[in-house]
Amino acid sequence: MVSASDIEALVWERLALIPDPEIPVISILELGVVRNVRYDGKLLELDITPTYTGCPAMQLFVAEIKAAMHDQGLDQVKINTVYSPAWTTDWLTAEAKEKLRRYGIAPPVKNADSGDPFAEPPLVPCPRCDSDHTRLVSQFGATACKSLYTCQDCKEPFEYFKHF
Amino acid sequence: MDNLQNALFQFCLRQGDTHLILGHRLSEMCSRGPTLEEDIALTNLALDHIGQAEAFLRLAAETEGRGRTEDDLSYLRSVDEFCNAVLAEQPNTDFAYVVARQFFLDVYQCLLYQRLQNSSDPTLAGMGARFLKEVVYHQRHSAAWVERLGQGTTESHRRIQTAVNELWRYTPELLSTQPWEAALIEKGFIPDTREIALEWTVQVIRVFSRAGLRRPEDPPTASYAGHSDHLAHILAEMQYLPRTYPDAKW
Repeated sequence: MVSASDIEALVWERLALIPDPEIPVISILELGVVRNVRYDGKLLELDITPTYTGCPAMQLFVAEIKAAMHDQGLDQVKINTVYSPAWTTDWLTAEAKEKLRRYGIAPPVKNADSGDPFAEPPLVPCPRCDSDHTRLVSQFGATACKSLYTCQDCKEPFEYFKHF
Repeated sequence: MDNLQNALFQFCLRQGDTHLILGHRLSEMCSRGPTLEEDIALTNLALDHIGQAEAFLRLAAETEGRGRTEDDLSYLRSVDEFCNAVLAEQPNTDFAYVVARQFFLDVYQCLLYQRLQNSSDPTLAGMGARFLKEVVYHQRHSAAWVERLGQGTTESHRRIQTAVNELWRYTPELLSTQPWEAALIEKGFIPDTREIALEWTVQVIRVFSRAGLRRPEDPPTASYAGHSDHLAHILAEMQYLPRTYPDAKW
């Protein structure tokens, strides 16, 4: 007899295999968007929280989660969007941050961002040569979660996963 | 809807519509930014605002409880039913206008969400905390541009001062107290707009002084009545597809 908690454990394991659509080196589980999984014997309910409110990847998350659950024979799936507690990059594991860095994306610098709109931009080490001699090019990058930086030592441009 | 629900519905429409219309205006800048980085920045801002609009309009639709969705509220209401701040619908006349409009709205939204995150309503508090993180980035971006244009060349200074002068007249409406607010303030759901208005002026003046800009003359308070003609044009474009092909899916 398979219990509800067995199913929930299976779901968590399966979620760990779904890559982030924009940053495929980390899974949506490592990203921290799945907050809760509940199974009542019939209906599977998941709570997800957006990284950024308007992030277009959210719709893709929902589609990919549903497809993955369908593969497990779970067809009655309800996905709720919750805003509280607000997603934070503090939920990225140390391992996930290291994966980002190896992929060429500077991981979030903790407590670099006080939430004060008048504060200076954070000092971000280069993910390639580790130099602190970097410069903010643009606060906004190819996806909502990243800023554009350039390294003044190795001269490489790079993306910074904003502390949020 | 009882009184409180109706007030919450109105609040969500006011905020949701402001985000939606501003998001649409910013999306018009896609491929028209002054530099590639700035083009990307403006479309990022557009996405954030449309996401915030979606959340507010969804909550409005749920509160109303008549089976409408956030899409129905966006696509199937007419000009008279839109509640956005009139500032948000002002056109992208030139980049200085885009910057000034954004800056005035960013400061307002930062102050609103700083307070809304402590709302006694858990849903509003969650949205406040969530959106604050986004709008802080927006304000940092727009305030830096106000300063850069103000302290740049004679031409950039002239343009940002002109944009500030022209858009200033819409700021009293942005900061005005709405008739339905009292019920929500009393419950601790939302902050008092008068408190936001005071701090808004202080912060905006501080950036003006760093940018070397003059504070424009305040308009007479009764200078505003209803939407500008611009909103109808925005809605005509934004709503064309869902109105022409009802229930279209793509």
